Amino acid sequence: MLDLTYDAPEPKVIAGAKHDWELVIGMEVHAQVSSKAKLFSGASTQFGAEPNSNVAFVDAAMPGMLPVINEFCVEQAVRTGLGLKAQIHLKSAFDRKNYFYPDLPQGYQISQLYEPIVGEGEILVDMEPGIARKVRIERIHLEQDAGKSIHDMDPNMSFVDLNRTGVALMEIVSRPDIRGPEEAAAYVVKLRQILRYLGTCDGNMQNGNLRADVNVSVCRPGAYEKYMETQDFSHLGTRCEIKNMNSMRFIQAAIDFEARRQIRILEEGGEIVQETRLYDPDKGETRSMRSKEEAHDYRYFPCPDLLPLELEQAWVDDIAAHLPELPDEKKARFMADYGLTEYDASVLTAETASAAFFEKAADGRDGKLAANWVINELFGRLRKDGDKDITESPVSPEQLGKVIDLIKSDTISGKIAKELFEIVYTEGGDPEEIVEARGMKQVTDTGAIEAALDEIIAANPAQVEKAKENPKLAGWFVGQVMKATGGKANPKAVNELVQKKLG
Amino acid sequence: MMPVSGNELSKMTIAEARDALRGGDVTSAELTEACLSQIEGAGALGAFVHDTPEIAREQARAADERIKAGDAPDMCGIPLGIKDLFCTRGVPSQAASRILEGFKPEYESTVSGKLLEAGAVMLGKLNMDEFAMGSSNETSVYGNAVNPWRREGDEAPLTPGGSSGGSAAAVAADLCLAATGTDTGGSIRQPAAFTGITGIKPTYGRCSRWGIVAFASSLDQAGPMTKDVRDAAIMLEAMCGHDAKDSTSADLAVPDFEAMLTGDIKGKRIGIPKEYHMDGMPAEIEALWAEGRKMLEDAGAEMVDISLPHTKYALPAYYVIAPAEASSNLARYDGVRYGHRARLAQGDGITEMYEKTRAEGFGHEVQRRVMVGTYVLSAGFYDAYYNRARKVRTLIKRDFETVFADGIDAILTPTTPSAAFGLGEMTEADPVAMYLNDVFTVTVNLAGLPGISVPAGLGSKGLPLGLQLIGRPWEEGDLLNTAYALEQAAGFVAKPQKWW
Repeated sequence: MLDLTYDAPEPKVIAGAKHDWELVIGMEVHAQVSSKAKLFSGASTQFGAEPNSNVAFVDAAMPGMLPVINEFCVEQAVRTGLGLKAQIHLKSAFDRKNYFYPDLPQGYQISQLYEPIVGEGEILVDMEPGIARKVRIERIHLEQDAGKSIHDMDPNMSFVDLNRTGVALMEIVSRPDIRGPEEAAAYVVKLRQILRYLGTCDGNMQNGNLRADVNVSVCRPGAYEKYMETQDFSHLGTRCEIKNMNSMRFIQAAIDFEARRQIRILEEGGEIVQETRLYDPDKGETRSMRSKEEAHDYRYFPCPDLLPLELEQAWVDDIAAHLPELPDEKKARFMADYGLTEYDASVLTAETASAAFFEKAADGRDGKLAANWVINELFGRLRKDGDKDITESPVSPEQLGKVIDLIKSDTISGKIAKELFEIVYTEGGDPEEIVEARGMKQVTDTGAIEAALDEIIAANPAQVEKAKENPKLAGWFVGQVMKATGGKANPKAVNELVQKKLG
Repeated sequence: MMPVSGNELSKMTIAEARDALRGGDVTSAELTEACLSQIEGAGALGAFVHDTPEIAREQARAADERIKAGDAPDMCGIPLGIKDLFCTRGVPSQAASRILEGFKPEYESTVSGKLLEAGAVMLGKLNMDEFAMGSSNETSVYGNAVNPWRREGDEAPLTPGGSSGGSAAAVAADLCLAATGTDTGGSIRQPAAFTGITGIKPTYGRCSRWGIVAFASSLDQAGPMTKDVRDAAIMLEAMCGHDAKDSTSADLAVPDFEAMLTGDIKGKRIGIPKEYHMDGMPAEIEALWAEGRKMLEDAGAEMVDISLPHTKYALPAYYVIAPAEASSNLARYDGVRYGHRARLAQGDGITEMYEKTRAEGFGHEVQRRVMVGTYVLSAGFYDAYYNRARKVRTLIKRDFETVFADGIDAILTPTTPSAAFGLGEMTEADPVAMYLNDVFTVTVNLAGLPGISVPAGLGSKGLPLGLQLIGRPWEEGDLLNTAYALEQAAGFVAKPQKWW
């Protein structure tokens, strides 16, 4: 296994009117736990169901109903923690976060403020080959999602859909180790990738299954290093939290806007007010949602309906023993075993499905060649085909492997291989049989090539004379031979013969 | 003594009725009719707030068939009243609050469900303090229940206690054979003491809380309110047991409590905590306590003076923790999904809907506790109140653990600092005066222990007084046996004079 080392990326520097500024960013990502049932009820978590059809009595907070922890959600949180190389707390506890809202039937969210299930971990955020940021994870806790209020269906009424109410979320809280908008987006990309590898969150941002609250502050160059030395937040600027972002593009745009807003205020002698803000993608700006003074007093206290969550080390160990190979390991292995570049290995390991496809296609073959075919031909073709996912590829890894074999054995040329690939993609079939049936085999028989060449030489005496004077014109004969053999002649063999006969 | 005439049937104990049912001497239908007719004539007691005669008759018929078939559990065919705090399927379950107006659950609480599965007959729902917050049953939206007992030569109506006031009045007045109660700070034991009946609050976790409207989740426990200790043993056994739907329910086997009633307490060490001697406690309470001590001693127990040093902090701690949990538990009553919703004015938004609904739906005592609870949990006060109260709670628990570790088997105290008081007498007073009713009982809830109140004598005005026994956790059987010995020694047989 390759032991990869990385350099930290340079922090993003924004030039203000007066001086330079740096960004300091921390993230709270809410990831919906992949689970068929909710965190404290047996109701289904299926997306897109009829409103209020996935609601148990406890989800609707009917009188006397009690929460019972869904063990699978706990297992998923532990799996996530292990995947982020984090400390698993064998004892954790649930607290109530109290506030009133119609889509919060209990009047409180059950969360884990004081004793989260997962403690400190880390994520390596890859920026480009050789460059990555190590972002520390502060904690992960389990909590309930709220329902959905719908205000635009009726002019006089609001509607509430409780299907999402009580669905399990993992809140993954980072330290303020992210230093620019691109890093922030890359952090979410990497976190999402790990969660998808682990199977603990599907990462579907469109459905809101992964959303991020972004804490942004700005500071003068040098201040962040002081913070890192001391862990004293007073070296950093006052932060604002941008809530509920569910697109990488918006995350970057919002951070950029927010940083510039703060810099402008500070350079004009103002002060940043700690507050919660919302990003408006139409206007490309963040707006104040509520200030610190208006912030809710959530009156957190231990949830008396639930006993502390106690895990056995052996149970945790068993989950750890069955963790899948994670992106960083897979990437390093692809580089070591297949001789891939970091870039190619990164592209192939972005999704487990593409990594698995590649491994099958490359099995017993030239890894680099297989990587080129997967990345350049297959991915390119899928993109053209309505941005299809690798799991929808009409070409199987076995088929692609055979195409590669045919190239390797000099049975077909690279050019014919592309034609073959297109046939396999659109029509299907066994590549070997297609090559056989359609006469696509490369002609390596020098006798046949020589006969064709002789015929061309005999028919074009003037060209022969010119080519003898100017060897560069020999290419014309190569072209003629290729044309005469329908492109199937081995170009190397043709070249050699032309050289010999005209040289 | 076996009551024979129809009018007398409702006076039976569960044990008597069980034996008579099995012996074919009486049918559940007859028992049920007797109770229904008693209920019909007892409107003045305000005990029952929703009668369910059709359900009762149907259940009685089914019980009689089961008894005939010969596989009937002890509770089969026994007519009961159910406290309004229990959710009962298809039957109004309002926790005596306006905010749950019209609410009929689509589910049955685990405890009432277990009783019904055992063949018990539900006569109806019983009055209580709103959301079980009160010690006199005066905070009920239905109006107060009235104690069937009166002071000698005085017609002034008295409180049956609270919050399980309807349950206590109904059992004491023989409107039913027994009733369910719940106890967060004394709500089974205090009304039992005020009405001359027996009430046990089991160890926290013994009975499932699923389907019982929550007041203070870490303190709430259901328990039986019965005519004697044997009935308490029989009914408790039917009510308790592990429930996967309540995470705080204990996964422990339920013993045969009735079989443990030998009356033999020789060699038991019973503690008398010195801190329970309160300043200004009426002489008759002190006297009763002393008598109780004597009775247990005569029965062969060793009486030991003990100390529970943190007792004086129990009431303040309780009145921080219980309202804190209540303020959160009652947040769900917001007018959005069920129960009462205020009429809104033009332009009112969600905040007005919450405010008006909750102002109209909750009574004053509930509002007071929601506000106190909100306050003690709020930022800046949390440590000073809620966290400190939790620490006190730990110390109180430790007090008990220490004496139990020293070999004490049970603790004897008065149940209440006085006999039943007059309705309206305390409502004008400082609410803290009312809270003082719980002074001997809240420690038991804070420590999660089992506690039982047994009627032990009549006070100077002819009102019943109760003694409380506190037991080791999960040892309800042993506690019931000690209570049984006390009951036999006390020989309390008085009944209220019927005036209703």
